[in-house]
Amino acid sequence: MGEMEQMKKEAEGLKTQIEAARKAVNDTDMASAAAGVAPAPRVQLKTRRTLKGHLAKIYAMHWCTDNRLMVSASQDGKLLIWDSHSGNKVNAVPLKSSWVMTCAYAPSGNLVASGGLDNMCTVYNLKTPVIKTVKELDAHAGYLSCCRFLSDNEILTASGDTTCALWDLETGKQTTVFLSHVGDCMCLALSPDNNSFISGACDSLAKLWDIRDGQCKQTFLGHTSDINAISFLPSGNAVVTGSDDCTCKMYDLRADQEVICYQDAALNSGVTSLALSMSGRLVFAGYDDFNCNIWDSLKGEKVGVLSGHDNRVSCTGVPADGMCVCTGSWDSFLKIWN
Amino acid sequence: MSTSNNIAQARKLVEQLRIEAGFERIKVSKAAADLMSYCEQHARSDPLLVGVPTSENPFKDKKPCIIL
Repeated sequence: MGEMEQMKKEAEGLKTQIEAARKAVNDTDMASAAAGVAPAPRVQLKTRRTLKGHLAKIYAMHWCTDNRLMVSASQDGKLLIWDSHSGNKVNAVPLKSSWVMTCAYAPSGNLVASGGLDNMCTVYNLKTPVIKTVKELDAHAGYLSCCRFLSDNEILTASGDTTCALWDLETGKQTTVFLSHVGDCMCLALSPDNNSFISGACDSLAKLWDIRDGQCKQTFLGHTSDINAISFLPSGNAVVTGSDDCTCKMYDLRADQEVICYQDAALNSGVTSLALSMSGRLVFAGYDDFNCNIWDSLKGEKVGVLSGHDNRVSCTGVPADGMCVCTGSWDSFLKIWN
Repeated sequence: MSTSNNIAQARKLVEQLRIEAGFERIKVSKAAADLMSYCEQHARSDPLLVGVPTSENPFKDKKPCIIL
């Protein structure tokens, strides 16, 4: 048998082994286990703010850790920094490339970053008298779909070139490249303890990575199309994904498998974005059909809907204090609900 | 040459699968119990779950100022 044949055989054997090991611990599913839990209350949130200012589709938004400021990115070629309490624009950052797909706020509040079809992640300092570009991170061979700061010195990126990367912001170089996906990486989320991150890609897989050693530790199967959105549960033991297959799924990291699927026969739009409430009980998922559906994460039931946008909901975010949920849309508006 | 690339890729895949096969899994019932416990413990401090009293809501509707 040639080496290729041998390896194919070994790969198939290992896949079967993993499937059997997952089955062996699959003594229940989340919904059944939660049968005795009181249902989440019917969630009816009101629009408290409608943030108007962008002139084109909004693609991304991210809360600052102060629970008040947020950054949004639009293909009108701008990042806008908003004071969500007053509804006022605090800053506007003109972008070199208007084809932006992601933005992020550093935990310190000092920096923001953005990127998209320019294949670069550009980092800006908001605290200098005039907003300055501090770095242009240029090494990906495909579009930048997502970025998240670990600190003012390190940022993680996900790219259409199928890799994720950790960058040193002083040198502007990649410290680590995370290789394993075979489709465009579309999203990433940091674990609460900052030691690992999870990525979702067009190969319909979610992967858990060790940030320091660059190793893919676990791979989660189940989706049948691109994974566009991903988030850790606050406990750090599970992740929720949203996909073009119109479903969201929760994967438990320690059981190494899907434990519940959030789906509805009436829903046939892809999931673009998602965010969790502070306890992890509620999943806010944005869809192509202009709505944001609210799911009971334990029981898998739909408990509410945020309707109000006139186009696809492209991004969702809950601040660290859990006081509200923000939705951003192709209709060029951001809405704050609670 | 594409053949050596394919073999390198196949080797990487096997290596990755070996790592994943070695993972020690816990029972889903235990995982679910821990998730439920976490949600329960934090439910009372989850503003979107229990609601925000108007007096404490930083996003409450702004009332227009009336100049007397």
